Amino acid sequence: MLVYVIRRLLQSVVVLLAMSLLVFVGVYAIGNPVDILINPNADQEDIERAIKGLGLDKPLWEQYFVFLRQALAGDLGKSFAFNVPAIQLIVERMPATIELATAATLIAIVFGLPLGLWAGLKPRSAAGRTIMAGSILGFSLPTFWVGLMLIMVFSVHLGWLPSSGRGPTTPLLGVPVSFLSWDGLRHLVMPATNLALFNLALVIRLARAGTREALVQDYVKFARAKGLSNARIVGVHVLKNISIPIVTVIGLQFGSLIAFAIVTETIFAWPGMGKLIIDSINVLDRPVIVAYLLIIVTLFIVINLLVDLLYSVLDPRIRLADART
Amino acid sequence: MSPPTETPAREPAPAESAPPPVVAPGAVEETPLRRIAADFAESRLAVAGLALFLAILAVAATAPLISPQNPYDLAQLDVLDSRLEPGARSGDGKQTFWLGTDDQGRDMLSAIFYGLRISLGVGVAATLGALALGLTLGLLAAFLGGRADTFIMRVADIQLSFPAILIALVLLALLGQGVDKIIVALIAVQWAYYARTVRGAALVERSKEYIEAATCLALPARRIVFRHLLPNCLPPVIVVATVQVAAAITLEATLSFLGLGLPITEPSLGLLIANGFTYLLSGKYWISFFPGVALLATIVSINLVGDQLRDVLNPRLQR
Repeated sequence: MLVYVIRRLLQSVVVLLAMSLLVFVGVYAIGNPVDILINPNADQEDIERAIKGLGLDKPLWEQYFVFLRQALAGDLGKSFAFNVPAIQLIVERMPATIELATAATLIAIVFGLPLGLWAGLKPRSAAGRTIMAGSILGFSLPTFWVGLMLIMVFSVHLGWLPSSGRGPTTPLLGVPVSFLSWDGLRHLVMPATNLALFNLALVIRLARAGTREALVQDYVKFARAKGLSNARIVGVHVLKNISIPIVTVIGLQFGSLIAFAIVTETIFAWPGMGKLIIDSINVLDRPVIVAYLLIIVTLFIVINLLVDLLYSVLDPRIRLADART
Repeated sequence: MSPPTETPAREPAPAESAPPPVVAPGAVEETPLRRIAADFAESRLAVAGLALFLAILAVAATAPLISPQNPYDLAQLDVLDSRLEPGARSGDGKQTFWLGTDDQGRDMLSAIFYGLRISLGVGVAATLGALALGLTLGLLAAFLGGRADTFIMRVADIQLSFPAILIALVLLALLGQGVDKIIVALIAVQWAYYARTVRGAALVERSKEYIEAATCLALPARRIVFRHLLPNCLPPVIVVATVQVAAAITLEATLSFLGLGLPITEPSLGLLIANGFTYLLSGKYWISFFPGVALLATIVSINLVGDQLRDVLNPRLQR
């Protein structure tokens, strides 16, 4: 187990370095580095001063080490558009995105598991078939179109929910959150549901497939022969066995949710990291792009590592197999 | 299809050959392909999906022939016809805009046909490219084994752990706009699925006897891999490819919606939807709604077909 953890940590560091190299090469070598890092509106003197100051006259590998050293110290450049350190911009917007992603994950699990279980227990019933048809829709519907339709129905026609923005936030342990106030929740519902749809469909399908496979297993037959009630068989035995793959998939999807939040945040004007990156790409604010990519890559690597560890903790078969080797 | 059982305690058959097995007149031999088609047809929904997809394909292929108007020929547009409701007639009374017009007077129905063409074209081209790249790398990894295998799979795994939209976003931010660049970005995002799937299947097939026999016959490696190994690894790859066409189309639409995908001269459905976004709040829903429905129909039909194919080809659910 320990060997596994150490090996994974080393792998993660290698991946992080490789990604930083790719990002560096992408931004510094493709395209003109002068335009990328220095405000193109500066005049010639300032440009030359900036080139010396940024070390752009040094060879590429030396620049890469400077970049790494600065990155490790927490300095990833200053945004052109806002003239504040890029890291600060991103850290300011992170809570909004994380809140959205967490709300979406909760919706997916709370609604997806029961629906998927039901579809698995009664696959040929009308309800089962409807749930499955619904899940195919859920994962074929493009996120951005659903967002538009949600706005059309709930904001324009019915007028129940606000169509954009985050609304008033209340501070929780110093971090502004939306779910603690009624108005904040009204703003949170539509974007979170929009983001959750794909994962909801995924959880429903996984739960259904897992239930169908679990129900023909010997332990379920044995439990029935023992006389256990249906509720206990499903609620305790089947549920535990199908949870492992679902939890790991959801965990891995959390990173994906943060990435997909880009689309949802653009449609609902939710002030998170995703909207920041799109705006930055549109105005070519490359320090922010670089900072975002590095932070996201780090986040992903951490999430993947945690999920892998969680998987080996939850599934005793993996733990025992590891112990035997 | 077991042979008829013989009654016990019978004297041995006469010296002449036994009578040939009785085949019902008109019976068709059951090949694997026929069995798969028959299993597939068990789900009416999947057959409907297949029919819908073929219809959409036909529309996309013949778009210039069946559109009432060429929406990208500026001479045919009249800005006074802009933002008309579905079913309205044009100012000069010559055509009816069945699905309304957008902000530049383009007929939505024609724009949707042309958009379908581009969306499907880009999706299929990207899938084929990713298939070629992924199959080659996956087969190489399985056949060569050892370091090459580990390296290729490690790269694929790392790539798969990042969401597609992020990788595509970064590539397009670096490469710029254009049809070829979007196809490159989509290929880069999708090759890893095929490589992993085909490598898994190839590893299983590689230890089977027919490969051993082919090796003993001293056939060249290229022939063994492409003529004997590859056809037997195809079923899971076909399932992945079907679903990935839909994923490629969705990804391209999302990127176009965000403004990073195809340029305005070759608008796909995503760009059409993005155009209509600004008019949504003033109640002119048709500019976004109908292209969305077209996109939805395409993706749902492909997913239905892919779903049923996966159930039919899945050995664990064999009846």
